[in-house]
Amino acid sequence: MSDVWLAVLVIGMVTAAIKIAPAVWLGGRPLPDRLEGVVALLAPTLLAALVTVQTLGADGRAVLDARAAGLITAGAAVAVRAPILAVAGAAALTAALVRALA
Amino acid sequence: MPLGVAAFTFGVSFGVLARGAGFDGLSATVMSATTWAGSAQFASASVLEAGGGAAAAIIAAVLLNARYGAMSLALAPSLRGSPVRRAATSLGLADETWALAAHGDGRFDPGRMVGAALVMWVGWVAGTALGSLGGDFLGDPKSLGLDAAFPALFLALLVPQLRSRPALAAAAGGSIVALVLLPVAPAGVPIIAAAAVALLGLKRPR
Repeated sequence: MSDVWLAVLVIGMVTAAIKIAPAVWLGGRPLPDRLEGVVALLAPTLLAALVTVQTLGADGRAVLDARAAGLITAGAAVAVRAPILAVAGAAALTAALVRALA
Repeated sequence: MPLGVAAFTFGVSFGVLARGAGFDGLSATVMSATTWAGSAQFASASVLEAGGGAAAAIIAAVLLNARYGAMSLALAPSLRGSPVRRAATSLGLADETWALAAHGDGRFDPGRMVGAALVMWVGWVAGTALGSLGGDFLGDPKSLGLDAAFPALFLALLVPQLRSRPALAAAAGGSIVALVLLPVAPAGVPIIAAAAVALLGLKRPR
């Protein structure tokens, strides 16, 4: 089975379990405060890490390239609350232009 | 409903980028239908694209989805009916549907959540199908700047999460850890290691 399909199947099942189990089996009892704090921080931590790696990572190194320019445009688009497809499109367009002009 | 349209366009993005990461139309659409969690799907696709392998992709996705466990716990007291019905309802959990269903006092409206979830799900899956099938006609992703779209999407997902000082600190810390590990760790590891920064949440019991 390819990596992709393995990931798709396992992630699908685990995600469903994460959404269902607490509601059905643990019903009512809250997470210990400290654990809840950690869980709440997981998304911002990981998303920020992903932004970093996706912008600067290339073949096991950190490089500054057209993607960074795209990210700046994306930042502006997010600031004006553009729809997500426009944010992605703006970044792609910027990166493509930078590459074409460089 | 604007929610459905937003989910649709978001799904198109995922479909297109999943193609670039090695998914085909079927696997991308199946993933959107079964996992139905934007951040985790994008994250796993990006890890796979970087050559990180299934294990790293799975761990990244699970860590990103861990918050749904907390949301499910919060939702639990508002659910009624048989375990099957409660399970079916909680599958409708997503950041947007959960936020929409919240009354603000700790109670949730499961009907509202499920209604929003259905609309979003249809848009999401349809968008993915379209994006992943249309991806064939796009040519070289780099010349179109599509590789810049991934970080842009993550940025768009990140910003709404930065609702507090701890969240900002965690985001900064996660970025630094990931950046430092980039040159020295195999693909996917910097992301997962950055998750350790979330342990900042342990410091102060509320």
